[in-house]
Amino acid sequence: MSNPFSEQETQSLLILVGMIIPASEEFGVPGADDETIFADILKSASPHHSTLAGMLAVLDAEGGDDIAQTLRQSQPSGTALLEKLTVESYYRDDRVMRSLDMETRPPFPKGFDLDQGDMSLLDPVRDRPVFYRKQHDPGE
Amino acid sequence: MTEEPVDVLIIGAGASGAAVAWSLADTRMRIVCLEQGGTSNPSDFPSAGRDWEARRSSDFSISPNQRKRPTDYPIAEDNSPIKIVNFNGVGGSTVMFAGQFPRFHPSDFRVKSLDGVADDWPVDYATLEPFFEQNDRMMGVSGLAGDPAYPPKGHDHMPPLPLGKAGQAVARGFNKQGWHWWPADVAINSVAYDGRDKCINLGACISGCAQGAKASVDVSYWPHALRAGVELRTHCRVREITVGDDGMATGAIYYDQDDTEQIIKAHVVIMASNGVGTPRLLLNSKSKAFPDGLANSSGLVGKNLMLHPYAGIQGIFEEELDGYKGPHKGIQSQEFYETDLSRGFVRGYTYELSRGSGPVNTALTGLSKGRIPWGANHHGAFRKMYNRTTSIFAVCEDLPEEHNTVTLDASLTDGHGIPAPKIDYTLSDNSRKMLDHALARGSEVLRAAGATDILTTAPLQMAGWHLMGTARMGTDPQRSVVNEWGRSHDVKNLFIVDGSIFVTSAGVNPTSTLQALALYIADQMKQRLANLFD
Repeated sequence: MSNPFSEQETQSLLILVGMIIPASEEFGVPGADDETIFADILKSASPHHSTLAGMLAVLDAEGGDDIAQTLRQSQPSGTALLEKLTVESYYRDDRVMRSLDMETRPPFPKGFDLDQGDMSLLDPVRDRPVFYRKQHDPGE
Repeated sequence: MTEEPVDVLIIGAGASGAAVAWSLADTRMRIVCLEQGGTSNPSDFPSAGRDWEARRSSDFSISPNQRKRPTDYPIAEDNSPIKIVNFNGVGGSTVMFAGQFPRFHPSDFRVKSLDGVADDWPVDYATLEPFFEQNDRMMGVSGLAGDPAYPPKGHDHMPPLPLGKAGQAVARGFNKQGWHWWPADVAINSVAYDGRDKCINLGACISGCAQGAKASVDVSYWPHALRAGVELRTHCRVREITVGDDGMATGAIYYDQDDTEQIIKAHVVIMASNGVGTPRLLLNSKSKAFPDGLANSSGLVGKNLMLHPYAGIQGIFEEELDGYKGPHKGIQSQEFYETDLSRGFVRGYTYELSRGSGPVNTALTGLSKGRIPWGANHHGAFRKMYNRTTSIFAVCEDLPEEHNTVTLDASLTDGHGIPAPKIDYTLSDNSRKMLDHALARGSEVLRAAGATDILTTAPLQMAGWHLMGTARMGTDPQRSVVNEWGRSHDVKNLFIVDGSIFVTSAGVNPTSTLQALALYIADQMKQRLANLFD
């Protein structure tokens, strides 16, 4: 699907996603406005052009210092959609995944290990008398 | 085109349809099952791709209204705080269930006698017990014997699933409170079973199990049923059940995968289309003999919808937990299951562990709950939640109320022009009190487990997993749709085997019980073959 966003809309989206998740030197990660990540966001956003374009128009009209708050109040569904598309693309980027000690692969087919756990935690419960009600003993 | 009549027509290839098909197969009758969806290919499941979390809100959404596959039908649900969840395809909603597999308790079948509410069931736990056992063997259940919340179970489970870090943390919390918990019965292989490999902790159970370790019925029951000779036709959407002049069901009209209208004749029709799909189809099957919908002389088809309101309690911990790795389920608590009127409500609920989330879901939760901001502080706030969050959900018993309904929407239709179901549902005062209790006690137990921050939601909106009560069973034709062995009071060759026939909902996931019921009804049919329609 070709990019349905105008140049101005694209630029506004770029600024917005960078506001949601900016780059961080402290954590050594790019922002959502990174070229690769933003291209992924734009691809996912294309089917939702009308919703997002409407939100951008409101943003241009209302502006304000606290853009997140403004958008959440005036365009809650559009804002939630933009947040969703942003984090979906951001947290599947190799650089971001590595910063979180994630392996850069899908779950299947390798899977993951899980602690078996300490079943002695059950000991106090094992000591407890049965407490289900018998079907023919009202009040038990 | 009309073909030769089949002996048994089953509509729906989900949890109950698969069980009844397999059980009836040993009669050597000709059995055909029509399923509106297709067969899933495990390699298509999201966990095989890097975009696995994103696909949960698109083609693998649990909501048919969001998923919008051609095989789905839309549901008008604006008048319900809880939205309907399902999957249309071979395996039905078990393709997307988490595998939690508790049985109803003995007391759940006697709520009127014990607690003075709703109605008793016309069957009891003891009657269903052999079918619970049979069903557990067919599905494959991991668990642990000795749970004091249940009667003893008569077979060996696979070993329980791993507790994981999250399960251990929450278990410690329950122990500190002195409350019950136990490894949950889960229809997920902890070891290889019935030709399916063991769970490898993909962490995406509700998007379909690419490993095949979860016992969705497309990989548990259906291979056995097909080998036994049942014919399964996919991409076949039933429009209506047909009836003859004698008031008996004669078969169904359906659209095949080429969208061509077909007629199938059958001596017996079995509905297995879930608590929304079954009343929808019955209400769409109007005729001169049944002007208010098929099998609806009681007026109860589509009424008494029960959905299980869920309370969600998330705890954010300092210690690292499991994150998205591992099956969603693991332990459960039934400390507040049986009625104690001092709590301010009747009946009760089960807490289920919901292990953790991937990064996308963690970020979205944090953003929506005000824990993760936009801007430079996003990263630090995210890392406080990621891999450090676990949840418990309370599955609250929902009592039947006639004003909670499935009807036909006046304008919304599916891709074949068939009227869509409309949901009208309100939370009862009893449910609200139960949810509040579950949130309060759940917050306490997660604090005791070490959580430093708690997030709560009730009712969970996208959680209408359990669709029950809309064609209830009973001995009185004025107050029920089917009799005590699943046969319609009005149409003596029409049976219903899905969650529609539940009289009450209990406070646990219903799949184990609805499959046991389906096996019981199949057994009753086999015992009565000589006089099935008397």
